[in-house]
Amino acid sequence: MNWTWFHRLSAPKSFYEVSGRWLPWLTGLMLVLMLTGLLWALVFAPADYQQGNSFRIIYIHVPAAFLAQSVYLMLAVAGLVGVVWKIKLADVALQQAAPIGAWMCALALITGAIWGKPTWGTWWVWDARLTSMLILLFLYIGIIALGQAISNRESAARACAVLAIVGVVNLPIIKYSVEWWNTLHQPATFKLTEKPSMPAEMWWPLLILVLAFYCFFAVVLLMRMRLEILKREARTSWVQAALKTLVGNNA
Amino acid sequence: MTSIFFSLVQREARLLCRRPAELINPLVFFSLVLVLFPLAVGPESRLLQSISPGLIWVAALLAVLLSLDALFRSDFEDGSLEQWAVSSRALSWLVLTKVLAHWLFSGLPLVLLSPLLALMLGLPSEHIPVLVLSLLLGTPVLSLLGAVGAALTVGLKRGGLLLALLTLPLYIPVLIFGSGALQAELQGFSPLGYLLWLASLTVLAVTLTPFAIAAGLRIGLSE
Repeated sequence: MNWTWFHRLSAPKSFYEVSGRWLPWLTGLMLVLMLTGLLWALVFAPADYQQGNSFRIIYIHVPAAFLAQSVYLMLAVAGLVGVVWKIKLADVALQQAAPIGAWMCALALITGAIWGKPTWGTWWVWDARLTSMLILLFLYIGIIALGQAISNRESAARACAVLAIVGVVNLPIIKYSVEWWNTLHQPATFKLTEKPSMPAEMWWPLLILVLAFYCFFAVVLLMRMRLEILKREARTSWVQAALKTLVGNNA
Repeated sequence: MTSIFFSLVQREARLLCRRPAELINPLVFFSLVLVLFPLAVGPESRLLQSISPGLIWVAALLAVLLSLDALFRSDFEDGSLEQWAVSSRALSWLVLTKVLAHWLFSGLPLVLLSPLLALMLGLPSEHIPVLVLSLLLGTPVLSLLGAVGAALTVGLKRGGLLLALLTLPLYIPVLIFGSGALQAELQGFSPLGYLLWLASLTVLAVTLTPFAIAAGLRIGLSE
Protein backbone atom coordinates (compact mmCIF):
# COMPACT_ATOMS: atom_id res chain seq x y z
CA MET A 1 0.00 0.00 0.00
CA ASN A 2 1.20 3.47 -0.82
CA TRP A 3 1.52 5.68 2.25
CA THR A 4 2.97 8.78 0.64
CA TRP A 5 -0.39 10.59 0.82
CA PHE A 6 -0.30 10.10 4.55
CA HIS A 7 3.09 11.67 4.99
CA ARG A 8 2.22 14.44 2.58
CA LEU A 9 -0.92 15.19 4.58
CA SER A 10 0.93 15.13 7.87
CA ALA A 11 3.15 18.03 6.83
CA PRO A 12 1.83 21.10 8.66
CA LYS A 13 1.40 23.18 5.55
CA SER A 14 -0.59 20.69 3.52
CA PHE A 15 -2.65 19.75 6.57
CA TYR A 16 -3.51 23.40 7.00
CA GLU A 17 -4.61 23.70 3.39
CA VAL A 18 -6.57 20.43 3.24
CA SER A 19 -8.28 20.97 6.58
CA GLY A 20 -9.20 24.47 5.45
CA ARG A 21 -11.03 22.91 2.51
CA TRP A 22 -12.78 20.29 4.68
CA LEU A 23 -13.80 22.59 7.47
CA PRO A 24 -16.79 24.35 5.83
CA TRP A 25 -18.28 21.03 4.72
CA LEU A 26 -17.81 19.44 8.11
CA THR A 27 -19.27 22.47 9.84
CA GLY A 28 -22.28 22.38 7.53
CA LEU A 29 -22.80 18.67 8.13
CA MET A 30 -22.47 19.19 11.87
CA LEU A 31 -25.04 22.01 11.89
CA VAL A 32 -27.54 20.01 9.82
CA LEU A 33 -27.18 16.92 12.01
CA MET A 34 -27.23 18.90 15.25
CA LEU A 35 -30.33 20.90 14.32
CA THR A 36 -32.31 17.93 12.99
CA GLY A 37 -31.26 15.78 15.92
CA LEU A 38 -32.06 18.37 18.57
CA LEU A 39 -35.38 19.34 17.01
CA TRP A 40 -36.41 15.72 16.64
CA ALA A 41 -35.21 14.78 20.10
CA LEU A 42 -36.58 17.72 22.05
CA VAL A 43 -39.82 18.39 20.17
CA PHE A 44 -41.04 15.40 18.18
CA ALA A 45 -39.79 12.33 20.05
CA PRO A 46 -42.47 10.95 22.39
CA ALA A 47 -42.07 11.40 26.14
CA ASP A 48 -41.07 8.37 28.14
CA TYR A 49 -43.99 6.62 29.84
CA GLN A 50 -42.21 6.50 33.19
CA GLN A 51 -39.72 9.34 33.18
CA GLY A 52 -41.78 11.87 31.24
CA ASN A 53 -39.75 14.60 29.61
CA SER A 54 -36.76 14.32 31.89
CA PHE A 55 -35.51 11.39 29.82
CA ARG A 56 -34.69 13.82 27.00
CA ILE A 57 -31.43 14.73 28.69
CA ILE A 58 -30.00 11.46 27.43
CA TYR A 59 -29.91 13.08 24.01
CA ILE A 60 -27.03 15.18 25.31
CA HIS A 61 -25.75 12.75 27.92
CA VAL A 62 -25.24 9.67 25.75
CA PRO A 63 -23.45 11.40 22.84
CA ALA A 64 -21.17 13.23 25.28
CA ALA A 65 -20.35 9.99 27.08
CA PHE A 66 -19.71 8.23 23.75
CA LEU A 67 -17.40 10.99 22.67
CA ALA A 68 -15.56 11.13 25.99
CA GLN A 69 -14.66 7.46 25.71
CA SER A 70 -13.72 7.42 22.06
CA VAL A 71 -11.64 10.59 22.35
CA TYR A 72 -9.49 8.86 24.96
CA LEU A 73 -8.96 5.99 22.57
CA MET A 74 -8.09 8.51 19.88
CA LEU A 75 -5.52 10.10 22.20
CA ALA A 76 -3.79 6.75 22.59
CA VAL A 77 -3.85 6.09 18.83
CA ALA A 78 -2.45 9.56 18.16
CA GLY A 79 0.16 8.97 20.85
CA LEU A 80 1.17 5.67 19.28
CA VAL A 81 1.42 7.26 15.82
CA GLY A 82 3.46 10.12 17.27
CA VAL A 83 5.84 7.81 19.13
CA VAL A 84 6.31 5.23 16.38
CA TRP A 85 6.42 7.37 13.24
CA LYS A 86 7.47 10.63 14.91
CA ILE A 87 4.72 12.53 13.14
CA LYS A 88 4.37 15.91 14.77
CA LEU A 89 0.81 16.35 13.59
CA ALA A 90 -0.18 13.41 15.80
CA ASP A 91 1.36 15.21 18.79
CA VAL A 92 -0.66 18.30 17.96
CA ALA A 93 -3.82 16.21 17.61
CA LEU A 94 -3.24 14.52 20.97
CA GLN A 95 -2.73 17.70 22.90
CA GLN A 96 -5.54 19.56 21.22
CA ALA A 97 -8.05 16.72 21.60
CA ALA A 98 -7.44 16.15 25.32
CA PRO A 99 -9.29 19.27 26.59
CA ILE A 100 -12.26 18.53 24.31
CA GLY A 101 -12.45 15.02 25.70
CA ALA A 102 -12.23 16.32 29.25
CA TRP A 103 -15.09 18.75 28.63
CA MET A 104 -17.21 16.02 27.07
CA CYS A 105 -16.52 13.85 30.10
CA ALA A 106 -17.54 16.69 32.41
CA LEU A 107 -20.65 17.31 30.32
CA ALA A 108 -21.63 13.64 30.54
CA LEU A 109 -21.15 13.68 34.32
CA ILE A 110 -23.12 16.91 34.79
CA THR A 111 -26.03 15.88 32.57
CA GLY A 112 -26.01 12.51 34.29
CA ALA A 113 -26.31 14.21 37.67
CA ILE A 114 -29.16 16.43 36.44
CA TRP A 115 -30.96 13.36 35.07
CA GLY A 116 -30.25 11.37 38.22
CA LYS A 117 -31.95 13.86 40.55
CA PRO A 118 -35.54 13.36 39.27
CA THR A 119 -35.01 9.71 38.28
CA TRP A 120 -32.98 8.20 41.09
CA GLY A 121 -33.68 10.95 43.62
CA THR A 122 -30.03 11.79 44.10
CA TRP A 123 -27.38 13.77 42.25
CA TRP A 124 -24.66 11.21 42.61
CA VAL A 125 -24.43 7.54 43.41
CA TRP A 126 -21.24 5.49 43.62
CA ASP A 127 -22.27 3.30 40.77
CA ALA A 128 -19.80 1.58 38.47
CA ARG A 129 -20.35 3.51 35.27
CA LEU A 130 -20.53 6.90 36.95
CA THR A 131 -17.38 6.15 38.86
CA SER A 132 -15.43 4.96 35.84
CA MET A 133 -16.52 8.11 33.98
CA LEU A 134 -15.20 10.19 36.86
CA ILE A 135 -11.92 8.28 36.75
CA LEU A 136 -11.76 8.92 33.01
CA LEU A 137 -12.09 12.64 33.74
CA PHE A 138 -9.14 12.38 36.12
CA LEU A 139 -7.12 10.55 33.46
CA TYR A 140 -7.85 13.39 31.04
CA ILE A 141 -6.85 15.98 33.62
CA GLY A 142 -3.62 14.06 34.22
CA ILE A 143 -2.72 14.22 30.53
CA ILE A 144 -3.54 17.93 30.30
CA ALA A 145 -1.58 18.70 33.48
CA LEU A 146 1.46 16.73 32.32
CA GLY A 147 1.40 18.47 28.94
CA GLN A 148 1.34 21.86 30.61
CA ALA A 149 3.99 21.05 33.22
CA ILE A 150 6.71 20.16 30.70
CA SER A 151 8.01 23.28 29.02
CA ASN A 152 9.79 21.59 26.12
CA ARG A 153 7.14 21.09 23.46
CA GLU A 154 8.49 17.85 22.02
CA SER A 155 9.07 16.21 25.40
CA ALA A 156 5.62 17.26 26.53
CA ALA A 157 4.02 15.63 23.50
CA ARG A 158 5.93 12.39 23.96
CA ALA A 159 5.28 12.24 27.70
CA CYS A 160 1.56 12.73 27.04
CA ALA A 161 1.69 9.99 24.42
CA VAL A 162 3.27 7.52 26.87
CA LEU A 163 0.72 8.43 29.53
CA ALA A 164 -2.19 8.06 27.10
CA ILE A 165 -0.97 4.62 26.03
CA VAL A 166 -0.50 3.49 29.64
CA GLY A 167 -3.95 4.88 30.41
CA VAL A 168 -5.63 3.09 27.56
CA VAL A 169 -4.12 -0.24 28.62
CA ASN A 170 -5.38 0.44 32.12
CA LEU A 171 -8.81 1.62 31.09
CA PRO A 172 -10.42 -1.81 30.57
CA ILE A 173 -8.92 -3.03 33.86
CA ILE A 174 -10.29 0.02 35.65
CA LYS A 175 -13.66 -0.37 33.97
CA TYR A 176 -14.12 -4.03 34.88
CA SER A 177 -12.73 -3.70 38.38
CA VAL A 178 -15.08 -0.81 39.08
CA GLU A 179 -17.95 -2.75 37.54
CA TRP A 180 -17.23 -5.67 39.80
CA TRP A 181 -17.04 -3.31 42.73
CA ASN A 182 -20.58 -2.06 42.30
CA THR A 183 -23.35 -1.96 39.74
CA LEU A 184 -26.59 -0.06 39.74
CA HIS A 185 -26.57 1.83 36.46
CA GLN A 186 -28.76 0.59 33.67
CA PRO A 187 -26.86 -1.24 30.93
CA ALA A 188 -25.56 0.78 27.99
CA THR A 189 -28.33 2.55 26.13
CA PHE A 190 -27.35 1.09 22.88
CA LYS A 191 -24.81 -1.33 21.67
CA LEU A 192 -23.72 -1.80 18.12
CA THR A 193 -24.24 -5.53 18.26
CA GLU A 194 -27.74 -5.71 19.73
CA LYS A 195 -31.16 -4.51 18.82
CA PRO A 196 -31.96 -1.33 20.79
CA SER A 197 -34.45 -1.59 23.64
CA MET A 198 -35.85 1.86 22.85
CA PRO A 199 -38.56 2.42 20.28
CA ALA A 200 -37.29 3.66 16.92
CA GLU A 201 -38.75 7.16 17.22
CA MET A 202 -36.67 7.69 20.36
CA TRP A 203 -33.65 5.87 19.05
CA TRP A 204 -33.17 7.59 15.70
CA PRO A 205 -32.67 11.13 17.03
CA LEU A 206 -30.14 9.70 19.49
CA LEU A 207 -28.16 8.15 16.66
CA ILE A 208 -28.26 11.41 14.70
CA LEU A 209 -27.08 13.34 17.73
CA VAL A 210 -24.22 10.92 18.34
CA LEU A 211 -23.09 11.51 14.77
CA ALA A 212 -23.58 15.26 15.23
CA PHE A 213 -21.39 15.19 18.33
CA TYR A 214 -18.67 13.34 16.45
CA CYS A 215 -18.82 15.97 13.70
CA PHE A 216 -18.70 18.68 16.34
CA PHE A 217 -15.61 17.09 17.80
CA ALA A 218 -13.98 16.88 14.37
CA VAL A 219 -14.75 20.54 13.65
CA VAL A 220 -13.46 21.80 16.99
CA LEU A 221 -10.40 19.57 16.83
CA LEU A 222 -9.51 20.75 13.31
CA MET A 223 -9.93 24.38 14.34
CA ARG A 224 -7.77 23.93 17.42
CA MET A 225 -5.11 22.05 15.46
CA ARG A 226 -5.02 24.73 12.76
CA LEU A 227 -4.53 27.42 15.37
CA GLU A 228 -1.79 25.44 17.08
CA ILE A 229 -0.03 24.84 13.76
CA LEU A 230 -0.14 28.54 12.97
CA LYS A 231 1.38 29.25 16.39
CA ARG A 232 4.12 26.65 15.99
CA GLU A 233 5.03 27.58 12.45
CA ALA A 234 4.63 31.30 12.97
CA ARG A 235 8.11 32.02 11.67
CA THR A 236 7.77 30.15 8.38
CA SER A 237 7.01 31.99 5.18
CA TRP A 238 3.85 30.05 4.31
CA VAL A 239 2.19 30.97 7.60
CA GLN A 240 3.03 34.63 7.08
CA ALA A 241 1.64 34.46 3.55
CA ALA A 242 -1.52 32.71 4.80
CA LEU A 243 -1.97 35.30 7.55
CA LYS A 244 -1.51 38.09 5.05
CA THR A 245 -4.29 36.76 2.83
CA LEU A 246 -6.52 36.25 5.92
CA VAL A 247 -5.96 39.80 7.13
CA GLY A 248 -6.24 41.13 3.57
CA ASN A 249 -9.64 39.49 3.13
CA ASN A 250 -11.02 40.97 6.32
CA ALA A 251 -9.58 44.45 5.94
CA MET B 1 20.96 -10.65 34.72
CA THR B 2 20.98 -11.88 38.32
CA SER B 3 24.35 -10.29 39.01
CA ILE B 4 22.97 -6.93 37.90
CA PHE B 5 19.96 -7.40 40.12
CA PHE B 6 22.09 -8.12 43.14
CA SER B 7 24.48 -5.28 42.49
CA LEU B 8 21.55 -2.89 42.10
CA VAL B 9 19.98 -4.16 45.31
CA GLN B 10 23.30 -3.71 47.04
CA ARG B 11 23.63 -0.18 45.72
CA GLU B 12 20.10 0.68 46.80
CA ALA B 13 20.75 -0.76 50.27
CA ARG B 14 23.94 1.23 50.61
CA LEU B 15 22.26 4.44 49.54
CA LEU B 16 19.41 3.89 51.97
CA CYS B 17 21.79 3.12 54.84
CA ARG B 18 23.35 6.50 54.29
CA ARG B 19 20.00 8.24 54.10
CA PRO B 20 17.86 6.21 56.51
CA ALA B 21 15.18 8.91 56.49
CA GLU B 22 14.12 7.78 53.02
CA LEU B 23 13.55 4.30 54.34
CA ILE B 24 11.72 5.37 57.48
CA ASN B 25 9.66 8.35 56.32
CA PRO B 26 7.14 6.35 54.25
CA LEU B 27 6.64 3.96 57.16
CA VAL B 28 6.06 6.82 59.60
CA PHE B 29 3.70 8.41 57.09
CA PHE B 30 1.81 5.11 56.75
CA SER B 31 1.39 4.83 60.52
CA LEU B 32 0.46 8.49 60.90
CA VAL B 33 -2.29 8.34 58.29
CA LEU B 34 -3.73 5.29 59.99
CA VAL B 35 -3.67 7.07 63.34
CA LEU B 36 -5.54 10.02 61.84
CA PHE B 37 -8.58 7.94 60.90
CA PRO B 38 -9.66 6.80 64.38
CA LEU B 39 -9.21 10.41 65.52
CA ALA B 40 -11.44 11.60 62.67
CA VAL B 41 -14.21 8.99 62.70
CA GLY B 42 -14.22 8.20 66.42
CA PRO B 43 -12.83 5.33 68.47
CA GLU B 44 -15.79 2.98 68.03
CA SER B 45 -14.16 -0.36 67.35
CA ARG B 46 -16.93 -1.95 65.25
CA LEU B 47 -16.91 0.90 62.75
CA LEU B 48 -13.12 0.92 62.63
CA GLN B 49 -13.00 -2.79 62.06
CA SER B 50 -15.46 -2.66 59.20
CA ILE B 51 -13.63 0.14 57.39
CA SER B 52 -10.12 -1.05 58.25
CA PRO B 53 -9.47 -2.82 54.87
CA GLY B 54 -10.07 0.41 53.00
CA LEU B 55 -8.09 2.48 55.48
CA ILE B 56 -5.03 0.25 55.38
CA TRP B 57 -5.06 0.09 51.61
CA VAL B 58 -5.50 3.82 51.09
CA ALA B 59 -2.72 4.54 53.58
CA ALA B 60 -0.41 1.99 51.94
CA LEU B 61 -1.15 3.45 48.51
CA LEU B 62 -0.32 6.97 49.64
CA ALA B 63 2.84 5.83 51.41
CA VAL B 64 4.08 4.03 48.30
CA LEU B 65 3.28 7.09 46.21
CA LEU B 66 5.21 9.30 48.61
CA SER B 67 8.26 7.05 48.50
CA LEU B 68 8.25 7.04 44.69
CA ASP B 69 8.67 10.76 44.26
CA ALA B 70 12.41 10.42 44.84
CA LEU B 71 12.75 7.10 43.00
CA PHE B 72 14.68 8.39 39.98
CA ARG B 73 15.46 11.91 41.15
CA SER B 74 18.94 11.39 42.61
CA ASP B 75 19.94 9.05 39.76
CA PHE B 76 18.74 11.68 37.32
CA GLU B 77 20.67 14.43 39.01
CA ASP B 78 23.99 12.61 39.37
CA GLY B 79 23.91 11.24 35.83
CA SER B 80 23.53 7.52 36.62
CA LEU B 81 20.38 7.41 34.52
CA GLU B 82 22.26 8.64 31.49
CA GLN B 83 24.81 5.88 32.00
CA TRP B 84 21.97 3.37 32.10
CA ALA B 85 20.45 4.76 28.95
CA VAL B 86 23.68 4.44 26.98
CA SER B 87 24.72 1.09 28.46
CA SER B 88 24.49 -2.06 26.38
CA ARG B 89 21.76 -3.53 28.57
CA ALA B 90 18.13 -2.81 27.84
CA LEU B 91 16.95 0.17 29.86
CA SER B 92 13.66 -1.59 30.57
CA TRP B 93 15.51 -4.42 32.34
CA LEU B 94 17.54 -1.99 34.40
CA VAL B 95 14.52 0.01 35.52
CA LEU B 96 12.64 -3.17 36.39
CA THR B 97 15.45 -4.25 38.69
CA LYS B 98 15.72 -0.75 40.09
CA VAL B 99 12.00 -0.62 40.92
CA LEU B 100 12.01 -4.10 42.40
CA ALA B 101 15.08 -3.23 44.49
CA HIS B 102 13.28 -0.10 45.63
CA TRP B 103 10.24 -2.17 46.51
CA LEU B 104 12.37 -4.48 48.64
CA PHE B 105 13.30 -1.53 50.83
CA SER B 106 10.09 0.49 50.78
CA GLY B 107 7.18 -1.79 49.91
CA LEU B 108 8.26 -4.83 51.86
CA PRO B 109 8.80 -3.01 55.19
CA LEU B 110 5.35 -1.52 54.71
CA VAL B 111 3.86 -4.98 54.28
CA LEU B 112 5.69 -6.17 57.37
CA LEU B 113 4.48 -3.20 59.40
CA SER B 114 0.85 -3.57 58.32
CA PRO B 115 -0.21 -6.43 60.68
CA LEU B 116 0.64 -4.31 63.72
CA LEU B 117 -1.42 -1.37 62.49
CA ALA B 118 -4.25 -3.67 61.39
CA LEU B 119 -4.45 -5.10 64.89
CA MET B 120 -4.60 -1.59 66.29
CA LEU B 121 -7.56 -0.88 64.01
CA GLY B 122 -9.28 -3.93 65.41
CA LEU B 123 -8.86 -6.34 62.52
CA PRO B 124 -9.18 -9.90 63.96
CA SER B 125 -5.81 -11.63 63.92
CA GLU B 126 -7.05 -14.59 61.84
CA HIS B 127 -7.50 -12.23 58.89
CA ILE B 128 -3.92 -10.96 59.02
CA PRO B 129 -2.55 -13.54 56.52
CA VAL B 130 -4.97 -12.35 53.83
CA LEU B 131 -4.02 -8.74 54.51
CA VAL B 132 -0.33 -9.50 54.24
CA LEU B 133 -0.81 -11.60 51.12
CA SER B 134 -2.92 -8.94 49.40
CA LEU B 135 -0.38 -6.24 50.21
CA LEU B 136 2.44 -8.50 49.12
CA LEU B 137 0.78 -8.98 45.74
CA GLY B 138 -0.47 -5.42 45.39
CA THR B 139 2.39 -3.19 46.47
CA PRO B 140 4.72 -4.23 43.59
CA VAL B 141 2.00 -3.10 41.16
CA LEU B 142 1.76 0.20 43.03
CA SER B 143 5.53 0.62 42.82
CA LEU B 144 5.69 -0.21 39.12
CA LEU B 145 2.74 1.97 38.07
CA GLY B 146 4.01 4.79 40.24
CA ALA B 147 7.43 4.42 38.64
CA VAL B 148 5.82 5.24 35.27
CA GLY B 149 4.57 8.50 36.74
CA ALA B 150 7.91 9.13 38.46
CA ALA B 151 9.74 8.55 35.16
CA LEU B 152 7.46 10.97 33.31
CA THR B 153 7.93 13.70 35.92
CA VAL B 154 11.63 13.07 36.58
CA GLY B 155 12.96 16.28 35.06
CA LEU B 156 10.31 18.54 36.56
CA LYS B 157 11.03 20.91 39.44
CA ARG B 158 7.81 20.31 41.30
CA GLY B 159 6.70 16.86 40.22
CA GLY B 160 5.25 15.66 43.52
CA LEU B 161 1.65 16.73 43.16
CA LEU B 162 1.64 16.01 39.45
CA LEU B 163 2.92 12.50 40.16
CA ALA B 164 -0.06 11.91 42.45
CA LEU B 165 -2.45 13.28 39.83
CA LEU B 166 -1.06 10.99 37.14
CA THR B 167 -0.75 7.87 39.25
CA LEU B 168 -3.72 7.72 41.59
CA PRO B 169 -6.33 7.01 38.88
CA LEU B 170 -4.19 4.10 37.70
CA TYR B 171 -4.07 2.71 41.24
CA ILE B 172 -7.81 2.21 41.45
CA PRO B 173 -8.00 -1.46 40.32
CA VAL B 174 -5.31 -2.46 42.84
CA LEU B 175 -7.18 -0.62 45.56
CA ILE B 176 -10.46 -2.32 44.64
CA PHE B 177 -9.04 -5.84 44.53
CA GLY B 178 -6.79 -5.36 47.55
CA SER B 179 -9.39 -4.00 49.91
CA GLY B 180 -11.99 -6.27 48.28
CA ALA B 181 -10.01 -9.34 49.28
CA LEU B 182 -9.97 -8.26 52.89
CA GLN B 183 -13.60 -7.14 52.81
CA ALA B 184 -14.64 -10.55 51.46
CA GLU B 185 -12.59 -12.28 54.15
CA LEU B 186 -14.22 -10.14 56.86
CA GLN B 187 -17.69 -11.03 55.58
CA GLY B 188 -16.86 -14.71 55.54
CA PHE B 189 -16.42 -15.18 51.79
CA SER B 190 -13.39 -16.57 50.02
CA PRO B 191 -10.86 -13.87 49.10
CA LEU B 192 -9.26 -16.17 46.52
CA GLY B 193 -10.80 -14.49 43.46
CA TYR B 194 -9.55 -11.06 44.48
CA LEU B 195 -6.10 -12.40 45.30
CA LEU B 196 -5.85 -14.13 41.93
CA TRP B 197 -6.83 -10.87 40.24
CA LEU B 198 -4.15 -9.06 42.19
CA ALA B 199 -1.62 -11.69 41.15
CA SER B 200 -2.54 -11.28 37.49
CA LEU B 201 -2.23 -7.50 37.82
CA THR B 202 1.25 -8.06 39.25
CA VAL B 203 2.20 -10.21 36.26
CA LEU B 204 0.82 -7.60 33.85
CA ALA B 205 2.64 -4.78 35.62
CA VAL B 206 5.95 -6.63 35.70
CA THR B 207 5.76 -7.42 32.00
CA LEU B 208 4.41 -4.14 30.60
CA THR B 209 5.36 -1.19 32.80
CA PRO B 210 9.18 -1.45 32.36
CA PHE B 211 8.77 -0.37 28.73
CA ALA B 212 6.67 2.63 29.71
CA ILE B 213 9.11 3.54 32.50
CA ALA B 214 12.05 3.31 30.10
CA ALA B 215 10.23 5.43 27.50
CA GLY B 216 9.37 8.01 30.15
CA LEU B 217 12.95 8.19 31.39
CA ARG B 218 14.28 8.63 27.86
CA ILE B 219 11.98 11.62 27.41
CA GLY B 220 13.27 13.15 30.63
CA LEU B 221 16.87 12.50 29.61
CA SER B 222 16.50 13.96 26.13
CA GLU B 223 15.64 17.40 27.47
